[in-house]
Amino acid sequence: MNLTELFDVIVIGAGPAGLAAGIAAREQGCDRVLIIDRDIEAGGILQQCVHSGFGLETFKEDLPGPSYAQRFIDQAKAAGVNFLLDTMVLNVTRDFQVTVSGARIGLKVLNAKAVVLAMGCRERSRAQIRVPGTRPAGVYTAGTAQRWVNIDGLMPGKRFVILGSGDIGMIMARRLTLEGAEVARVVEIMPYLSGLSRNLVQCLQDYDIPLFLNHTVSRIYGNRRVEAVEVSAVDGQRNPLPGTAERIECDTLLLSVGLIPENELTRKAGVKMDQRIGGPVVDNTYSTSVPGLFVAGNVVHVYDLVDYVSQAGTKAGRSAADFVHGRWLGLQKTIPVQGGAEVRSVVPQLICPESLKTEEIVLQLRVSSPLERSVEIVVQAPDDTIIAKRRLPYARPGEMVSISIPSDAYNLAAKAERLIVSLV
Amino acid sequence: MNNFDVIIIGAGVIGSLVARELSRYQISVLLIERNSDVGSGTSAANSALVHAGYDPIPGSLKAELNVRGNRMWDKLAAELDVDFKRCGDYVVSIGAEELPALDILLEQGKRNGVPGLQLISSDEIKRRIPLLNPDASGALFAPSAGVCDTFAVTIAAAENAVENGVKLLLNTAFEGFIIDSGRITGIHTNRGDFHARWVVNATGVYADDVMHQAGVRPEFRIVPRRGEYCILDPDSFKIDTVLFPVPSEKGKGVLIFTTTHGNTVIGPTSEFVADKEDKAITPVGQEYLTANMNKLMPSIDLRWTIATFAGLRASGNAVCKNPMTDYRADFIVEKADEIEGLINCAGIESPGLSASPAIAARVVEILQETGIGLNEKADWNPQRKRRPVPKHMPDADRQRLIERDPRYGRIICRCEEVTEGEIVAEIHAPIPALTYDAIKRRTWTGTGRCQGGFDMTRVVEILARETGLSPMEICKNEPGSAFLSRASKKAEVS
Ligand SMILES: Cc1cc2nc3c(=O)[nH]c(=O)nc-3n(C[C@H](O)[C@H](O)[C@H](O)COP(=O)(O)OP(=O)(O)OC[C@H]3O[C@@H](n4cnc5c(N)ncnc54)[C@H](O)[C@@H]3O)c2cc1C
Ligand SMILES: Cc1cc2nc3c(=O)[nH]c(=O)nc-3n(C[C@H](O)[C@H](O)[C@H](O)COP(=O)(O)OP(=O)(O)OC[C@H]3O[C@@H](n4cnc5c(N)ncnc54)[C@H](O)[C@@H]3O)c2cc1C
Repeated sequence: MNLTELFDVIVIGAGPAGLAAGIAAREQGCDRVLIIDRDIEAGGILQQCVHSGFGLETFKEDLPGPSYAQRFIDQAKAAGVNFLLDTMVLNVTRDFQVTVSGARIGLKVLNAKAVVLAMGCRERSRAQIRVPGTRPAGVYTAGTAQRWVNIDGLMPGKRFVILGSGDIGMIMARRLTLEGAEVARVVEIMPYLSGLSRNLVQCLQDYDIPLFLNHTVSRIYGNRRVEAVEVSAVDGQRNPLPGTAERIECDTLLLSVGLIPENELTRKAGVKMDQRIGGPVVDNTYSTSVPGLFVAGNVVHVYDLVDYVSQAGTKAGRSAADFVHGRWLGLQKTIPVQGGAEVRSVVPQLICPESLKTEEIVLQLRVSSPLERSVEIVVQAPDDTIIAKRRLPYARPGEMVSISIPSDAYNLAAKAERLIVSLV
Repeated sequence: MNNFDVIIIGAGVIGSLVARELSRYQISVLLIERNSDVGSGTSAANSALVHAGYDPIPGSLKAELNVRGNRMWDKLAAELDVDFKRCGDYVVSIGAEELPALDILLEQGKRNGVPGLQLISSDEIKRRIPLLNPDASGALFAPSAGVCDTFAVTIAAAENAVENGVKLLLNTAFEGFIIDSGRITGIHTNRGDFHARWVVNATGVYADDVMHQAGVRPEFRIVPRRGEYCILDPDSFKIDTVLFPVPSEKGKGVLIFTTTHGNTVIGPTSEFVADKEDKAITPVGQEYLTANMNKLMPSIDLRWTIATFAGLRASGNAVCKNPMTDYRADFIVEKADEIEGLINCAGIESPGLSASPAIAARVVEILQETGIGLNEKADWNPQRKRRPVPKHMPDADRQRLIERDPRYGRIICRCEEVTEGEIVAEIHAPIPALTYDAIKRRTWTGTGRCQGGFDMTRVVEILARETGLSPMEICKNEPGSAFLSRASKKAEVS
């Protein structure tokens, strides 16, 4: 592979989003497609997700994370996608210069005709939720612990408390229990679960690990290694309630308190961001505000199911190929999509109604609070014209929901100056 | 073997700079440190400011050594190759009622000999600092104030001392004095006895306990005063100077500055604590920061916090030796009256870092006066060079470095862009960095917004590989702070 020649598409991140984007770009006739990842292996976060639960939608099979990723890696290699691993991308410009640093290739600037950003997300850290107490060893994000256990084969502790009911935390609760460690409890500050309900059953309830909703860790004890944590119930403002503190002995506190799209490169490139989500504002071609810079996967908003990540990657890869071949639709008129009642966030934030002529447009959303009743997702124009609707048995913040705007809604959508999506 | 001319207890900024100053001379010097690394006490958790010196009470030792120390920083930073920026600082008054305080500080500063102090109008200060509280009524500008890399200065001083022949023993705790007919002749430690003609006590918050073991100044007490900080995401905002509110009886107040490394810091709080190890972050402290940080910059939001930390000031009750000055929290930098062979540096709270080069010089002067006989070495090397930092190199140099050692191409800490090469270099440096925190203080690994989320597993692996230890033996800092407990069972995939 010649790194100095112009690439058609450079994809940053070899997780499921980047892999799918690379494959799609190649399949759409781009000859020189390169996927760059800082890790020594492709697969992204899936490498450390050795649990099953991947691919039910895509492959109709229940696969462990690495196997799911391997299918895409094999496919990408067969399609002739190039990989540059063990290489960190330091900068991406609006005219597609990609600065990288790696042990083998050194510091280099690569050039492309379009770029797909697929850097995934990172975990929120202790300081971001400002847990009081000392700063000993033994406070880790759940993902760090997951990497230690599943990739390096090392156990980060003996007795755990897990703060936050995110999926990684619940999955790690099970993993650690199977590894012979003790998980004293999972503590969630909100009145509801933040991860998938299936993980509550399969990872906590099946292993008798107690979940405390409306509770938080109000203090960490221990100067060198964690010795205990203080768990307190919280009031409606999520402040610890005096008199409820309980000291729980443990040597490790795992944090599963949220994922943040990893958008350093995106921001540096001057892309318009959605402050609420922490990801770029995108249209239905997964274009950012900078033409030719596309995005996919957790870098846009955090997904809970990998199948949708792969689908988004495929879309972004196709759009990048369209851009390279001068047939990208994104320069047409776009209209904003706004979240209405009960909607915390929606992606894409912009749609190009012209796209409806050839395909449906899927909106993905997260609700602001649990709706444990039959609900309807409604997409409307400002004059209340209904563009699309879908009924769901319930909707929960931990589970992304979606609705598609069918092609035959083209006429309605094209007339609207914006769309509002809400749950009723 | 275990005989030295001088033993220094405590390798904070004071002990390390004293060691470096003494390494000029043809004497044997031992520097002992209880912790596993130099500069891991108060010298690693403070505001990193080189104060101008308008704050201490005129006539106090604090005032004298602060102003003298401040002048020494350019040379010190250049010789030790550490970051230091003389950016100046501002004390900003809010509302008409705070305005008179600026005049008092100006007057005090002039008496202390602080150069270049200037009163600035309300309009001018708001022009210079655009995000400032619109109620700002004026400011005192001190051009000689600066910001330093507090981690680097201690490490570099100790390293330079070691390279000039000082013996450094880490994990070595002072336990008591060996006293022979009214004179200290050595110390007991957890690693055996060491003999010396002079002992320098530079043990930070423990300096009172240490001197009491020799029966010195039994009335002197250090009560640690904790300061908590929030570090903000560098993308949130930065300023290129230091902003203080008008001081109160609680101290200098909650200040705002950007470190030499580019993160904005808000703090500290000020709270007396009972335990000399109590560096906990508290809800009370965080509430105090929340309540006070907006005084100068209303737009700051603590949700931008990426890290919190706390340090302990060695607040003492020493009475100022100047009979004209009634002041009860002065530095002690003196030869003990009660016993021969002991020099104490105690009560070195702020501005101890600023004053540190002057405190070291003073200790040497005191030793000179004892007639110990200090003759300069012909080959003393004041220079210490930092190891390569690819992030700050021009591209061509960086490329050449990576060609020579590919590990400088592999990035281990994504936020701070620290490479494997830098980490390995510190592990094999003259003072080896053998813990995660030691690497963090030298390279800034793990200090960015993900707070080690990405690098931690990798750094542990590199440390284990380079030291030949098992990953289970790699510690965050002191023994007992291991990250990992055992190998996994590699249980069946669930
Ligand atoms: C712990 C965990 C458990 C999950 N469990 C399930 C499950 O059971 N079932 C399911 O369907 N889904 C699950 N998911 C969700 C799904 O797997 C993820 O949403 C998906 O992997 C995200 O893919 P991605 O490609 O966007 O990001 P990632 O997989 O995170 O890939 C991003 C890649 O970008 C690279 N990168 C980032 N920045 C740079 C840079 N500057 N230079 C070079 N490379 C860079 C990273 O190294 C990484 O390889 C889980 C997710 C997590 C985190
Ligand atoms: C919140 C806060 C903000 C501050 N801000 C500033 C500022 O902006 N500017 C400024 O000039 N100053 C500031 N200071 C003060 C400055 O940090 C200190 O004056 C300086 O770091 C003191 O250095 P030291 O070497 O005396 O103490 P330390 O750094 O604490 O070093 C003492 C060393 O002695 C060791 N030790 C203790 N007991 C033993 C034993 N028995 N045996 C062996 N070793 C032992 C300890 O482990 C430690 O490493 C601040 C302090 C705090 C807490």
